[in-house]
Amino acid sequence: MNDVIDKNIQLENNNKQLFNICLRTSSLKNPGSIKTYQSIGGYEQIKRILKNKIDPKQLIDEIKISGLRGRGGAGFPTGVKWSFMPRDYDGTKYIVCNSDEGEPGTFKDRDIIRYNPHQLIEGMIIGAYIMNAQVGFNYIHGEIWEDYVSFEKAIEDARKAGFLGNNILGSGFDFELHAVHGYGAYICGEETALIESIEGKKGQPRYKPPFPATYGIYGKPTNVNNTETYASIPWIIEHGGQEFMSHGVPNSGGTKIFSVSGHVENPGNYEIQLGMPFRQLLAEAGGVWKNRQLKAVIPGGPSTPVVPANIMMDATLDYDGLAQIGSSVGAGSMIVMDDSTCMVQALRRLSYFFYEESCGQCTPCREGTGWVYRIIDRIFKGQATLADLDLLTDVSKKISGRTICALGDAAATPVLSFIKHFRSEFENFIKHGKSLN
Amino acid sequence: MNLKLKKLIDKELKKYPSDKKQSAVIAALAIMQNERGWLSKEDISEVALYLDMPEIAVLEVATFYNMFDLKSVGKYKLSICTNISCMLRDADHIVNHLKEKLQIDFNEVTKDGKFCLKESECMGACGGAPLLTVNNQKMHENLNIDKVDQLLKELK
Ligand SMILES: Cc1cc2nc3c(=O)[nH]c(=O)nc-3n(C[C@H](O)[C@H](O)[C@H](O)COP(=O)(O)O)c2cc1C
Ligand code: SF4
Ligand code: FES
Repeated sequence: MNDVIDKNIQLENNNKQLFNICLRTSSLKNPGSIKTYQSIGGYEQIKRILKNKIDPKQLIDEIKISGLRGRGGAGFPTGVKWSFMPRDYDGTKYIVCNSDEGEPGTFKDRDIIRYNPHQLIEGMIIGAYIMNAQVGFNYIHGEIWEDYVSFEKAIEDARKAGFLGNNILGSGFDFELHAVHGYGAYICGEETALIESIEGKKGQPRYKPPFPATYGIYGKPTNVNNTETYASIPWIIEHGGQEFMSHGVPNSGGTKIFSVSGHVENPGNYEIQLGMPFRQLLAEAGGVWKNRQLKAVIPGGPSTPVVPANIMMDATLDYDGLAQIGSSVGAGSMIVMDDSTCMVQALRRLSYFFYEESCGQCTPCREGTGWVYRIIDRIFKGQATLADLDLLTDVSKKISGRTICALGDAAATPVLSFIKHFRSEFENFIKHGKSLN
Repeated sequence: MNLKLKKLIDKELKKYPSDKKQSAVIAALAIMQNERGWLSKEDISEVALYLDMPEIAVLEVATFYNMFDLKSVGKYKLSICTNISCMLRDADHIVNHLKEKLQIDFNEVTKDGKFCLKESECMGACGGAPLLTVNNQKMHENLNIDKVDQLLKELK
């Protein structure tokens, strides 16, 4: 009881708000243009860095202080990752921006690309300077073709303004950036599959080690970061790591975009100060649609465990807050489900996705995702027995941890968490051969 | 391969070192498919020849990435996302309407060769659910029955 009261006091005293860093041009006119970005101080940081030849180590320290963690899902500290790149390597080094978002419920990088592309480009130039890379790629999900085309134009504008190419702003620093695209393969979001794809191959993840920092594109040192990660960098360099950190909470520095989809009145991207209570974000998104009740939320995308409404309503949105309730920030892909949602149907669709997108290299993933989908499909068609639920759990556990890449774990996560929290709904469906919703 | 295609592919090749032409294969296939509607065996050979790649390596790529079509998809390929965020916002309703109106199932082409319907995975645009793309490169979001009917009328 006291715990509940404490939690309520904590939630009420929380003063976290929406705050735009990565999406800071989105309310301006022509948000994506270079002129708009420059009108709010864009490209000033790279100018300052190049003019004063600021020591890359100092910049890395600033990023470490900011607490910025990779926004692509794994949450690895960006400053630490950048220090892994061998600075003195003699030869071409690459940096890659991962804009291949295709995990169901994820659509944040798209808004950076179309509404604030120059902040991303400046972030990549700063990254290239710090890691001493000469070439960069932004790998964009093939399905958002029009945004790929507009990003190519943004690169052209940045080049014309002298921010890309040889001898940038007379500093002697060279950096070339290219936009490239996928064409319908979710697995290419995994960083080593993405590298294979850039080499013109099927997107099949590589064994690690070696990690991309030592053996990446064409065997050269390569760094891969998410779009939102790169787009945060210019702001951090401008305002300082401490300032960025202070927008979030300890261990979860800064802001994070949550893509809110599903059963809310106003689906869309909401950039929040990390640590914001879930109920506040839900209210920002207009609440559950059609005046219905909340049933469950997948906080960070299907590779993060589903959370029932009563637990979710008291959660805060940050790395520790979501870990405490057994889930995770992931990519911030929040999928909201109202009380009319059939969990069997929802899980069936997710399982089909992982089955369809498995690259097929590892037996547990290739065979396991097929098994899982077929069992859930059997439940959905009213042809399953209660023993199938245990079989489902068993098969999922056997995929997890036995594969080359994390897609295997991601495929098991929804199955295990849906059954854990909604077991009776699955049992009822099996007993009656249909949903009782 | 005509000059226009070569020019477009050459522009992609500039993004990579001159001895890494294979890197441009996805872009080259997409360019080819835009021009010819779908990828025939001959199209694959032409791309292989142009990029100095074994045909089998090009075919592997063409079969791995879902947006490539190795069979005719009619004049307009409609790819509709049915993944979870779209499903929660009644994508199935749109799908059923399309199937009924066009009298086809997924992966079929209408008798007049005009439309093909494809089920797609998440397009990374779920805030605009439900949604579909026409011939891969034009997206239509926040669909409802009226919008779909309007769209079908516009696709001449
Ligand atoms: C199956 C799978 C799909 C992934 N998809 C993406 C993606 O679309 N975008 C992304 O940034 N990271 C994705 N990742 C994570 C990347 O492998 C990588 O960790 C990330 O791009 C690193 O950037 P960050 O440190 O800035 O997060 C995926 C990982 C897996 C296993
Ligand atoms: S876990 Fe699945 S997707 Fe990842 S490499 Fe293995 S088979 Fe491919
Ligand atoms: S689930 Fe349909 S676009 Fe993402």
